[in-house]
Amino acid sequence: MNAFKTWFHKLGSPPFFYEFAGYLRPWLWVGTVVFAIAGLIGGLIIAPPDYQQGDAYRIIFIHVPSAWMSLFIYGVMAISGLIAVVWRMKLAEIIAMESAPIGAAFTFITLITGSLWGKPMWGTYWTWDARLTSELVLLFIYLGIIGLYHAFENERQGARAASFLIIVGVVNLPIVHYSVVWWNTLHQGTTVRIFAPSSISLSMLWPILAMMIATKLYYGVSLLGRARIAVLERERGKDWVRQIVMEGTKDA
Amino acid sequence: MTSPGLFSGFRAILQRDLLLAWRRRGDAAMPVLYAMIVAILFPFALGPNHQLLARVSGGIVLVTVLLAMLLALDNLFRSDLEDGVLAQMVLAPQSLSALMAARILAYWLVTASPLLVAGPILGYMLGLPAQAQPVLFLSLVLSSALLALLGSMLAALTAGTRRSGMLLSLMLLPLIVPVVIFAAGAISAVEQGLPWIAPLAWLSAALALTLVLAPVACATALRITLDA
Amino acid sequence: MSNFSTDANAIVEAHALAFSRRDEPILRPLDFHLGTGELSFVEGDNGSGKTTLLNILAGLLRPSSGEVHISGYAPGTDGARAETRLLGHQLGLKGDLSARENLRVAMGLYGCREGVTADQSLAEVGLCGFEDEPIRSLSAGQKKRVALSALNLGNARLWLLDEPFANLDRAGIDLVNTMLDLHLQRGGAALVTTHGAVSFRQEQTHKLRLNI
Repeated sequence: MNAFKTWFHKLGSPPFFYEFAGYLRPWLWVGTVVFAIAGLIGGLIIAPPDYQQGDAYRIIFIHVPSAWMSLFIYGVMAISGLIAVVWRMKLAEIIAMESAPIGAAFTFITLITGSLWGKPMWGTYWTWDARLTSELVLLFIYLGIIGLYHAFENERQGARAASFLIIVGVVNLPIVHYSVVWWNTLHQGTTVRIFAPSSISLSMLWPILAMMIATKLYYGVSLLGRARIAVLERERGKDWVRQIVMEGTKDA
Repeated sequence: MTSPGLFSGFRAILQRDLLLAWRRRGDAAMPVLYAMIVAILFPFALGPNHQLLARVSGGIVLVTVLLAMLLALDNLFRSDLEDGVLAQMVLAPQSLSALMAARILAYWLVTASPLLVAGPILGYMLGLPAQAQPVLFLSLVLSSALLALLGSMLAALTAGTRRSGMLLSLMLLPLIVPVVIFAAGAISAVEQGLPWIAPLAWLSAALALTLVLAPVACATALRITLDA
Repeated sequence: MSNFSTDANAIVEAHALAFSRRDEPILRPLDFHLGTGELSFVEGDNGSGKTTLLNILAGLLRPSSGEVHISGYAPGTDGARAETRLLGHQLGLKGDLSARENLRVAMGLYGCREGVTADQSLAEVGLCGFEDEPIRSLSAGQKKRVALSALNLGNARLWLLDEPFANLDRAGIDLVNTMLDLHLQRGGAALVTTHGAVSFRQEQTHKLRLNI
């Protein structure tokens, strides 16, 4: 336990994080590729076509993991954002800010795949379905956070302001979700339920789970890569960064 | 020696803001003008069909009034930041949240009250049913107060940035979506002869909560903006 | 109160106070002490961190390292804010309001000394007859005088003045000196930044030289 604690403290120091993240990334890449290939083969080839939707349903192997990631990443940002605002920890600021574009990308993928799926399902690319609408609002929350972060000249100040906005969003997200559901039932009655509680068969379930793991690992890869660059940028002028840059130019 | 009480700062800021608004009373007319222009354009775009206009009038007035309030939001803290008054407010031996509450109250009084007069008139012109008028007014009061509280929190966050007009709207959208849903929900409920009290009760509950939290959040956001 | 304060007279105590932005030192570690009735001139070239030092003492910036206490409180806390007044480059006056109205706001925010009125305070800085004039229409020196009279109204013991002599004529400089004199006699203390030499009659002055 104590060893873990010191390790965790060490992880907060930029040079150690840089090295550790660099060491971890290739392994995460391997995991991402393995799980993604397994999930895609399982989902696109092995799983049987749906008796109602035919092959069109196969987009869920992308759509569902991305939708899950769009919320998962927000959760990660909320925790690191809280740490950034309260304890002003540099690394927490970086994690929160570098997660935002990845989360926005997953949200965007969710919206695109959702609307592509909507065409065969509902006969239209866009419908004001409660889930789709909430996802759209989530995209705007992500864009607001990214925009606010980049509007500041001092990036640490920007990171703290954007982290504050992340926390506001944590309170707001459930309110948006429930109000949109209420609005939806008020105006057009319940929409088609996509997942009946037990309708999913095992042959469809395991590829989804594999894709969920793959997207998580990909998030790890992407986040660590972005965070390493951000650490270098923020610590420019420090000796350890200078050393890394010198070594890099020597190799080239 | 006379040490300032909690209320003296609140009163000083409220008085100051109302006085400033009075000195620049032309500016206060801008949001109303904007709301009228937008609302008047709708009949031209949709056609002078009474039934159609009557059905959408509540939503149009609500959205126009909220958008008009945004016009003054960007400048809420910017001028105070530029002439150093904001720093004086942060440094004063007063609760910054109380000062912010005064600032927000003044903003709401100055910006929303003319709009609250104009809103029902615009509603009438667009053919809003008479029985919906009181509900429209109540929705406007509650939603404009919520927008003032939520918006000033965001304005405090963006006060230190260079470009913020569009950013502010982008940040505000997710926060204002539930407000619009419930406020418009009440109006459409009364038009259909359904009970309309529930959505307004929800809005009032949200307002009570925001009234307590927003000034504190505003003060925190300002401290981040001033890097304190 | 913290037990850190060893001297009952101390208003400001700083130990190894330093500030850096983006890991570049703006303010080198600094030790100083300011008691009641003492004045310190902060000298240094442009960019030597004079304004930064005042902002730290006011509680607008957090020091990167070191300790500083104002009457035993950390800067920016309620206790310290009641003791401190900052007059920065931005005077904190609303251009659309008159001098008197601006002073009223200052009184509401900071309180005022017993028996001092806004008009009286304006007369002391030689602005008799300008009470109702909007700040916008005053000259730079007159604006500065309004800000000084707002400062003079309050009962804060620690004055942090950033370049108070800028924009002032000979009489204005004398005025600042007199105000500082009275403030110190009342048991106050002041930290004043200058980039030029200023003659000041007080004996209890220190110099704080900042180098980068």
